[in-house]
Amino acid sequence: MADAEEPEKKRRRIEDLTEKMAVDSGHRDGGCDWDGRWNHVKKFLERPGPFTHPDFEPSTESLQFLLETCKILVIGAGGLGCELLKNLALSGFRLIHVVDMDTIDPSNLNRQFLFRPNDVGRPKADVAADFINSRVPGCKVVPHFKKIQDCDESFYRQFHIIVCGLDSIIARRWMNGMLISLLSYEDGVLDPSSIIPLIDGGTEGFKGNARVILPGMTACIDCTLELYPPQINFPMCTIASMPRLPEHCIEYVRILQWPKEKPFGETSLDGDNPEHIQWVFERSKERAAEFNITGVTYRLTQGVVKRIIPAVASTNAVIAAACATEVFKIATSAYIPLNNYMVFNDVDGLYTYTFEAERKENCSACSQVPQDLQFPPSAKLQEVLEYLTENASLQMKSPAITTTLEGKNKTLYLQSVKSIEERTRPNLCKTLKELGLSDGQELAVADITTPQTVLFKLNFTA
Amino acid sequence: MASTKASKEQKYDRQLRLWGDHGQETLENAHVCLINATATGTEILKNLVLPGIGAFTIVDGHTVTGEDVGNNFFLSKDSIGKNRAQAATELLQELNSDVSGNFVEEGPDKLLDNDSEFFHRFTIVIGVQLPESTCLRLGSVLWSASVPFLVCKTYGLIGYMRLVVQEHTVIESHPDNALEDLRLDQPYAEFQNHIKSYDLDSMEKKDHSHTPWIIIVAKYLEKWLSEHNGQPPKNYKEKEAFRQLIREGIRKNENGVPEDEENFEEAIKNVNTALNPTKIPSAVEDLFNSEQCKNITAQSPCFWVMLRAVKEFVHNEGNGSLPVRGTIPDMIADSQKFINLQNVYREKAMQDAAAVSKHVESLLQSVGKPAESIPEKDIKLFCKNASFLRVVRCRSLAEEYSVDTVNKDEITSCMDSPDSEMVFYLMLRAVDRFYQQHSRYPGVYNYQVEEDISKLKACVNSLLQEYSLNVNIKDDYIHEFCRYGAAEPHTVSAFLGGSAAQEAIKIISHQFVPFNNTFIYNAMSQTSATLRL
Repeated sequence: MADAEEPEKKRRRIEDLTEKMAVDSGHRDGGCDWDGRWNHVKKFLERPGPFTHPDFEPSTESLQFLLETCKILVIGAGGLGCELLKNLALSGFRLIHVVDMDTIDPSNLNRQFLFRPNDVGRPKADVAADFINSRVPGCKVVPHFKKIQDCDESFYRQFHIIVCGLDSIIARRWMNGMLISLLSYEDGVLDPSSIIPLIDGGTEGFKGNARVILPGMTACIDCTLELYPPQINFPMCTIASMPRLPEHCIEYVRILQWPKEKPFGETSLDGDNPEHIQWVFERSKERAAEFNITGVTYRLTQGVVKRIIPAVASTNAVIAAACATEVFKIATSAYIPLNNYMVFNDVDGLYTYTFEAERKENCSACSQVPQDLQFPPSAKLQEVLEYLTENASLQMKSPAITTTLEGKNKTLYLQSVKSIEERTRPNLCKTLKELGLSDGQELAVADITTPQTVLFKLNFTA
Repeated sequence: MASTKASKEQKYDRQLRLWGDHGQETLENAHVCLINATATGTEILKNLVLPGIGAFTIVDGHTVTGEDVGNNFFLSKDSIGKNRAQAATELLQELNSDVSGNFVEEGPDKLLDNDSEFFHRFTIVIGVQLPESTCLRLGSVLWSASVPFLVCKTYGLIGYMRLVVQEHTVIESHPDNALEDLRLDQPYAEFQNHIKSYDLDSMEKKDHSHTPWIIIVAKYLEKWLSEHNGQPPKNYKEKEAFRQLIREGIRKNENGVPEDEENFEEAIKNVNTALNPTKIPSAVEDLFNSEQCKNITAQSPCFWVMLRAVKEFVHNEGNGSLPVRGTIPDMIADSQKFINLQNVYREKAMQDAAAVSKHVESLLQSVGKPAESIPEKDIKLFCKNASFLRVVRCRSLAEEYSVDTVNKDEITSCMDSPDSEMVFYLMLRAVDRFYQQHSRYPGVYNYQVEEDISKLKACVNSLLQEYSLNVNIKDDYIHEFCRYGAAEPHTVSAFLGGSAAQEAIKIISHQFVPFNNTFIYNAMSQTSATLRL
């Protein structure tokens, strides 16, 4: 049920506001355009057509909206991000912000084409912005070398559309949660002008997907969490005592041998440090030899330690192109946007599949339905913790559980701060009853997968 | 400025994990020709320069216009008025110093007039936004020269690709969900001996719980066969009974409660696939029966010599089966048991590959070529991939366009579905026809949009008539294609840019399977289709 109507209304509202302001905007075309520059784009904005969005009205002002008013946020300046910036810039968008917390690595250069060997070590956001701004006159990309979590609500609120090119599900969920937190409801009815469309792209080798999310209206990231099954790590007993694959040997060295032997002092294993990888490689070969296992290579070692996902320019190009097309459609109402999920795979020929992902009735992120926790009073807090992390629809990473007891806020368990973890660890072995919790008790759970705490209601079973 | 071997390893690390060093080598030895440095063209080339093709040559006689710069990342305002091949080469070359960029300031028609063999030097030719006549002419030249030709076009919100290659062999197709080659239905001698070395009943508990599921299934299969006249479980009922038989083999503790034996659970879970009869895939059988396999000559490419050798193996040492692949999936087991079992498969694979080698040798000898012309490691790789071999043969453009050989069935059956992308193929053909007649594309200028609708409709009708296609194309599509005005929006160009580049990489590397033979992308609905025309 994708509906781009509301963003179009929002766009018109902003246009009205802009016109009413007494501002001297100088040349309408920014003074840097040349004849014919936007010919390819204009045909879709100034001409009527049989397949356009029902709200579409051909106008010369749509282009001005793109060039002067429409603000887009690109999350990530890596494989997808570089492509997205180029695509948006050449589609008429000029007010673009890009957020990325990383610096450039040599292994990025096979696809992150805004970077050169000389740029290694510099912040991706900065270099990407510089390149686009210099190659596409008039484009004003503003870089932010920071984590998405370091930007607040007021930052995100300024954008018409947000498009993500992330490499982490946790980050996606956080972004998803942030946009959901910006939604406002009046008497239980969603205010459409508080919706910021989220276009999300992801790639892995020769596979990729692009999706359109209208927070509060269509399926969000968490609604379809089961599409991303949790990463399976090798069982400890295999790693510790019965390795069979070269990967098992490498994990043994990474998880057990490195902390024990501390080959570089107190430094923890850094996958980007060639000396560290070399050490792990050699120890892994030794372990493999003990068990007559073949196949340990430097490349495999690095791949396992860093959990490397193979990547090529082509897949990123395809997915970013699809995402940017959707940004254009939503910003201009030129066509009905993707409803709402496309997958792509070019291992054998080229394959795409487009479907409508459905909202989950009790989605922990977007349904506003209080989440149910069903446990007997004799269950230990540990069991609740395990449920929060292992349940396929929740997949929390290290949840912090707090509640209100006798009018006071009490932390039941928190892992991320050492002193609090130590203090609250004994609670894990206590039963819910022993902890003073009652039937219907509300638990507030915080986690890196969401910017807002998730409220759970404890439901005692027999 | 050229990279060192180490810096290339770093730079290309993420893609080496997909196609390996040997795949990368094919790229670095490739020389790609791009005709027309439009946005689509430069986007395709960008995705080939970044992964490090050896060289590219852009052929383009056009002069850069303001409109060109607007949608093309590899042209700048300064390029306006310059030759487009030259301008684009500069900015593409800059992406990767390992790649050598060249340009020819001439269109393909002129080039062919002056030098009919100009295009023979290329590994692949990619033609973008070509008018029909040029496309067909190039198609014919490249077909005769056996140079793969990839035709690409962005037209409004539609992307189009057509692969033209006579015969493209793939050894490493890297299938997503390959079935294992376990031979449980016909265990070879060494496997049988290995199975015999296990006595499940007398084993210590620890050994029992860490015996590989393959052995467990093999043991219980022996039991079943002896009790069922040598007939393996065939239907659901029998397989259920077989699973139950295995389940009863789980050790019980003093209280008669079954222990936690994960390896037995694995065995039960894998019964279905484990019982799959060892079979030569029909695709491979078809290859065995093809002319190229039957007639090995001194000119036969290595692929066919090796295939023939495998066929000989199948009829001799293989007893009707392909060479053993030699890999087994990971499974719960102690290290020694697993490694020993893995080695049984590995050694058999080596043996089978050696037997295939002998056949390769005698085939080569019979056509007067030295045995070394096909290295051992190539034969091993071939044997390992024997179940996954693929050959792609595309029809020529001449066949597609000729009234006598047009694929009417494909066109009419697709057009029966209201949402088929086939309508866009027909519209692109109609638009080409419009260009031939009017020397321009429909609706380029605003004032033309309305008046060109009837002209384009006439082209559509003449197209359908010429090919006797009894299909209906709604007026909406004709209107839309006039509306497009031959626009080449950047995002659609970029989508094709990624798609086409990867297909080119498949052709160059002979890894992964290319499409056959027409791909249409609809950016309005974010859908696509592959058509065989």
